[in-house]
Amino acid sequence: MESILVLTHADESGTALTKASLEAVTAGLELASQLGASLTIGIVAANPAPAASSLAATGARLLAVSGEPFAQPRYATDAAACEALCRAAQATIVLAPASARFTRVAAGLAHRLGGFVDTHITSLNVGSIGGTEAIEATRWFYRQRVEAVLSRDLRPWFLLLDAGTHTAFAGDPAPAQVEEVAVQLPPIRTTVSGLREPKQDQQTIRPDAKLLLVAGAGWTKKQPDGQIHAAEAGDLILGFLHAAGASLGSSKSLVDQGGEGNSVLPFLTHLNQIGQTGATPRHAKGLSTCCHGEEPHVVGWRFIADRRAISLDPNCGWTRGKADVVYIADAFQVIAKLNALLEVNKS
Amino acid sequence: MSNAVHIVVCAGIVPDPLQTLEPITTPTGPGLKNEMVLPAVLDPWAACALYEAANLAAKNPGSKVWLVSLGPKAKLQQVMMTIAQKVSFELVPIDGPIGGFPDAHSTAAVLAETIAALSGLDRERLLLFGGWESATRGAGVTLQLVGERLGITDQFQGVDKIDLRDDGSFEVLERVEGGKHQVSVCVGTPAVLGWATGNLAEPRNNPQVGMANMRTIMPALQKAKSTTLPANGLRYVSVSLPKQQRTTRVVKDLTPDQIASELVEWIGAE
Ligand SMILES: Cc1cc2nc3c(=O)[nH]c(=O)nc-3n(C[C@H](O)[C@H](O)[C@H](O)COP(=O)(O)OP(=O)(O)OC[C@H]3O[C@@H](n4cnc5c(N)ncnc54)[C@H](O)[C@@H]3O)c2cc1C
Repeated sequence: MESILVLTHADESGTALTKASLEAVTAGLELASQLGASLTIGIVAANPAPAASSLAATGARLLAVSGEPFAQPRYATDAAACEALCRAAQATIVLAPASARFTRVAAGLAHRLGGFVDTHITSLNVGSIGGTEAIEATRWFYRQRVEAVLSRDLRPWFLLLDAGTHTAFAGDPAPAQVEEVAVQLPPIRTTVSGLREPKQDQQTIRPDAKLLLVAGAGWTKKQPDGQIHAAEAGDLILGFLHAAGASLGSSKSLVDQGGEGNSVLPFLTHLNQIGQTGATPRHAKGLSTCCHGEEPHVVGWRFIADRRAISLDPNCGWTRGKADVVYIADAFQVIAKLNALLEVNKS
Repeated sequence: MSNAVHIVVCAGIVPDPLQTLEPITTPTGPGLKNEMVLPAVLDPWAACALYEAANLAAKNPGSKVWLVSLGPKAKLQQVMMTIAQKVSFELVPIDGPIGGFPDAHSTAAVLAETIAALSGLDRERLLLFGGWESATRGAGVTLQLVGERLGITDQFQGVDKIDLRDDGSFEVLERVEGGKHQVSVCVGTPAVLGWATGNLAEPRNNPQVGMANMRTIMPALQKAKSTTLPANGLRYVSVSLPKQQRTTRVVKDLTPDQIASELVEWIGAE
C-alpha cells in the first residue's frame, strides 16, 4: 500500500506557498485518490502557519519545519528539513515541485532515505505492469527529444514535478492542525545573501507571460542595406516586450555575441537562452524572430504550444514542421508595425 | 598556496546535438539507434564546468583539475582528442555504458567510488564540478548524489559564477526562477557546484596543451576500469519520439502591415 508525501516550500514572502508547490499538492491529491493512498503534506518555511491554513481544505495530514534557518534556500538546511519531514511521514512516494530550491536537494535527500529519484516529471499515471498496479511517470530525455514513461519498484521513490504540469491547488484558508517536526541542523557553512536580478523595469524574463518572444542572431547581422542596426533592434525588441507583456528568449548565437565584444543587445544574458544548453520555458504562444530554427534551439520550444516565426529565409528550420506559421518577411519592419498597433490597442 | 583547490569535474559524453536521435530497444533496455557511431561531444554544461575549473586552477597556483568521465572507452578516446586541446587536466576514465537511460544512482555510486580513490586528492580542498544537468538524462541528480556520497553538504546548482576569495571563502551565483541569481557565500571547500553556462567562451585549441594531456590520457584510457550500472528497479514502460510534426503555413506574400495585423489578432486570441 502506497503512502504519499508532498513536499512544499514558502515563496520569497516567507508566508505563502509557491505556485509550483501548490501544483505538487494537486498532483498529490490526484495520485492519492487514484491509489486510495494516504496523503501527507510537508511544509518548509520560517513560519509555516499561513501556508498550513491554505492547505487545510486538502484534508491531508500536515507536517512542518519552522525557524529562521529555513527562511532561505540552502542545501544543508533544506536537505535536513526535508529529511526530517520524510522520516516523520514514512511515505513510499514523495512528490515535490522541481523548483530551484527542491531541485538542489532532492537527489541528496533520496540518497539519505535510501530511496531513488526521478526529476522533470511532466505527468503521473496509475497503470498496470504485469497485472500489478504501478505508478508511471513521464519525462523527457535528450533535452526534450525523446519521451519516456518509466516506473520503479523500489521505495521510497522521489518524483520532482515540472512547473506548469498541474493546476495549482486553491482552497479556502482555514485553521489547520500542523505537526511540528524537529530538525537536527548540521553546521551552517553557507550564507545566502539574496537575489541578484536586473532592475525591475529591465527584467526581460517573465515566466508567467502568455507569450514568448525569441530574438535570434539575425537582429545583429548585416541587413539588406549592408549595415548592422543593433540599437534599433534593441528598441524594437524592448518595445514589443513592453507592448505585449511578453517574456524574452534568445538563440545561443545571439547571447554568445556578448562574450566576443561584438555589438550586442545589452539586456540579453545566457539566462534568456532557449534550447539545448538553455531553458525550456512554458508559455502558451511563442513568436520567433530572426532565428533560423535549428534543432538545438527548437528543443527548448517543446512546451510552447502555439508557434509562429518571422524569418527572411524561406528554407529556415521553422518552415519544416517546427512552427505553425512562418512569415517570410523582415522582422525589423514587421515588429515596428506590430509595436505601433499594440500601443494603439492599449490606449 | 593557501587557495590551491582540487577540482574534480564529472563530465559525460553525449551525442552531438545536431544529430537525429531515434530510440530503440536493446537487450539491456532502451538506447539510441547507432548510438556507438553517432558523433559525440563532451556534455555541454559539464564542458562549461571544465573550462571554469581550468580557469580557477590557473588563477590559484598549486591547484589541480581531474576530469572523471564514464562512457565506452573508444568513444571517450574520440572526444578527448578535441577536449585535450582546450585545457589541462588529468583524465580519469571509467569504461561503461553510454546514454541517458541507465540509472543515475548507479552512475553516481561508481563516480563517487572513483573519486574517493583518487591518489593525491585532498578532500578538504575539493570542489566537485559538473554540469547541473546532462544533455542525455537531463535529470540534474548525479552530481548531487556523488556529493552526498562524499559527505559534502554545501551544494550549488545552476551555477554561473564562483568568486574564490583570499580567505578561502567563495561567493556563488546560482540560477533560480524568473531570470534571477541567488547569491551565497560559503566559508570554504569542500563543495559541489553544478554549472550552467558560466561566463567563459570555449577555449581555443592549443596543440601544446593537447600534447601534454595526451601523454597521460592514453595510458589512463588503457587502464580504465570497466563497470556495469544496475537498474535499481527502474523500468521503462515506453520510449518514443514526439509525434507532433506541425503542418507549417508558410506565408510569403503579405506586407509587413498585413502580417502585423494578423499577429495582433493572434496575440490577443485566447
Ligand atoms: C552543443 C551545442 C549546443 C547548442 N545549444 C543551443 C541552445 O541552447 N540554443 C540555441 O539557440 N542554439 C544552440 N546551439 C546552436 C544552434 O545549433 C544554432 O547555431 C543557433 O540556434 C543559431 O542561432 P540563430 O538561429 O539565432 O542564428 P543564425 O543561424 O545566424 O540565423 C539567423 C537567422 O536570422 C534571419 N534573419 C536575418 N535578418 C533578418 C531579418 N531582418 N528579419 C528576419 N529574419 C532575419 C536569417 O535569415 C537567419 O535565418 C547549440 C549548438 C551546439 C553545437
